[in-house]
Amino acid sequence: MKPGVNGVGLAPSRSRALRWVCLGLLTIVLAAAAGAAVGPVSVNPWRALLEILDWLPFVSLDSGLNDTHAAILRELRIPRVVLGLLVGGMLGISGAAYQGVFRNPLADPYLLGIAAGAGLGATLAIIAGANGGAAYGVEAAAFLGALAAVGTTVLLGSGSVASLLLAGVAVASFFTAVQTYLIQREWENFREVYTWILGRLSTSGWSEVLRLLPYAAAATLVMMFFRNHLDVLSVGDDEAATLGLRPRRIRIAVVLAASLATSAAVATAGLIGFVGLIVPHGVRLLAGVSNRVVLPLSLLFGGAFLTLADLLARTLQSPAELPIGVVTAFVGAPFFLAILRSRIGRTA
Amino acid sequence: MNGNSPALHCENLRVRLDRREVLHGVSLSVAAGEWLGLIGPNGSGKTTLLHAVAGILRHEGRVLISGEDAAQMRSRRRARLVSLVTQNPVLPAGMSAVDYVLLGRTPHRGLSLAAGSEDYQKALSALESLGVAELAERPLNKLSGGERQRVATARALAQDTPLLLLDEPTSSLDVGRQLEVLELIDEMRRGNGLTVVSALHDLSLAGQFADRLMLLADGRFEADGRPAEVLSDPAIGSFYGTNPEVLTDDRGTAVVVRRSNAAGAPGTTGETEQTGAPGATANPSQMRRERPSQ
Repeated sequence: MKPGVNGVGLAPSRSRALRWVCLGLLTIVLAAAAGAAVGPVSVNPWRALLEILDWLPFVSLDSGLNDTHAAILRELRIPRVVLGLLVGGMLGISGAAYQGVFRNPLADPYLLGIAAGAGLGATLAIIAGANGGAAYGVEAAAFLGALAAVGTTVLLGSGSVASLLLAGVAVASFFTAVQTYLIQREWENFREVYTWILGRLSTSGWSEVLRLLPYAAAATLVMMFFRNHLDVLSVGDDEAATLGLRPRRIRIAVVLAASLATSAAVATAGLIGFVGLIVPHGVRLLAGVSNRVVLPLSLLFGGAFLTLADLLARTLQSPAELPIGVVTAFVGAPFFLAILRSRIGRTA
Repeated sequence: MNGNSPALHCENLRVRLDRREVLHGVSLSVAAGEWLGLIGPNGSGKTTLLHAVAGILRHEGRVLISGEDAAQMRSRRRARLVSLVTQNPVLPAGMSAVDYVLLGRTPHRGLSLAAGSEDYQKALSALESLGVAELAERPLNKLSGGERQRVATARALAQDTPLLLLDEPTSSLDVGRQLEVLELIDEMRRGNGLTVVSALHDLSLAGQFADRLMLLADGRFEADGRPAEVLSDPAIGSFYGTNPEVLTDDRGTAVVVRRSNAAGAPGTTGETEQTGAPGATANPSQMRRERPSQ
């Protein structure tokens, strides 16, 4: 046997990656169980798990939960947990994809003006709603605003990575300026806009999940498909070209997929910061820098992280609910620093 | 692919950078298994020529690789025929050496670029052949300059192409490591029938490893031939601003570059700035001298 290759022909780094994926899946299950069990009405986590398994086709289990608890799980807790997994997963994998495609560790899912675009869209919808328009269109308006912002950025800055990033800054500044002007004119809507900006995962059931799901699925498929390509791009466009790739095409495909995922996530849950930055960085510190591993793990740990952050958001000041964006920043930053310090300690 | 075709054939190759023509209709042909050394002063167009052949730079003129017209090739096909070790390869911090070398397998992998066990074997073989297999799992940022250079070369070898382009592949190494890396490439060439085109600043190394040298200056070829002939060409003196002393024996052609004002200068008792044969120090006194006349 050659050094560095195990019996099944996988390098040690690959076996480690598989272990991390298993750990990510386990974290998802634990976070989901905690999210389902904890709340004003506490539900036994084991019974909650049995109840969820009972919903699967061809599976019949008696969870022992009464009808009220089962209904709380089915209509309130589980949709919220699933939404948290989806939104967190989208922000995590999009952040990893942006960092890979721009070869910039500071890139986050809001880099190309998505936050500002979604914010302006939501502000317009909220103001229109207050003036007798359709308030239920906040999500749609935020989604369109995000797509408009990222579309403008890509159109203006498609020449190079640097011009794309600069275009993102310019577009974000412009959209934010318009949003600020509108809020100043319609001051009475400030609180509602601000609440939206800080993010939330409260749902009215499965409808938000179903609206987000197709975008999440399509964008995830594209980003996962290109995860090995992103590793090749890490040696620079010239060298990637000598390896047979067309870096510009890959960059556009990944940016569009990540932007679609982020836009859909932001439209559903508002602006939730930190997830797209700290989750991929945490994953890199723990499991290595290869995007082959970083993208799927950012999807899994992003989902688990946001689900647990939501758990804190709705329990810390119960019955009041904290904005989830506050929790992600408050918990995420020290968590990130702790990983960083332990890593530095190990390598010193 | 035609078995009798040259490994590389360029006709009237022109490259413009920032609207300025930097390669003026260069033509060359390299036989399969040959090592062609490109020499020339800074800015002469060596890197530009290699990048044009590798497909990084747009160019006019014909480039045939193993008899196939590069203009008609998909980028993936081209990457299966030509690999390039750049002067300053980008080595992503934190990436393991084996993952980096695996990138060389990109043109051989499926659409999703998922690596199979054969790719891992090839990557490990490439690391082994350059004597750095034990570094496979080490992050690139923990490697020394010499190890990094070997790993970068291993990536090109893992690409498994019949034509290898080297752009100053040993510029960051000390003289011992330079010889070691070039020896390894030469062994690979002789063992696998690899064709090598290299740009080398060090005339002595170029003279000892290349079968043929081409002198490039201001985007044009000024001399072409066996190392001893080209290095003795008066054109060398005019483009480099110094007349090297050429020493030839059965181990190759070495070059001694002396200070132009040698009389009375310290260290003028026979010390050489650039000399050496693979595996041994060249002794200028035992070599045939070919001093260019000017």
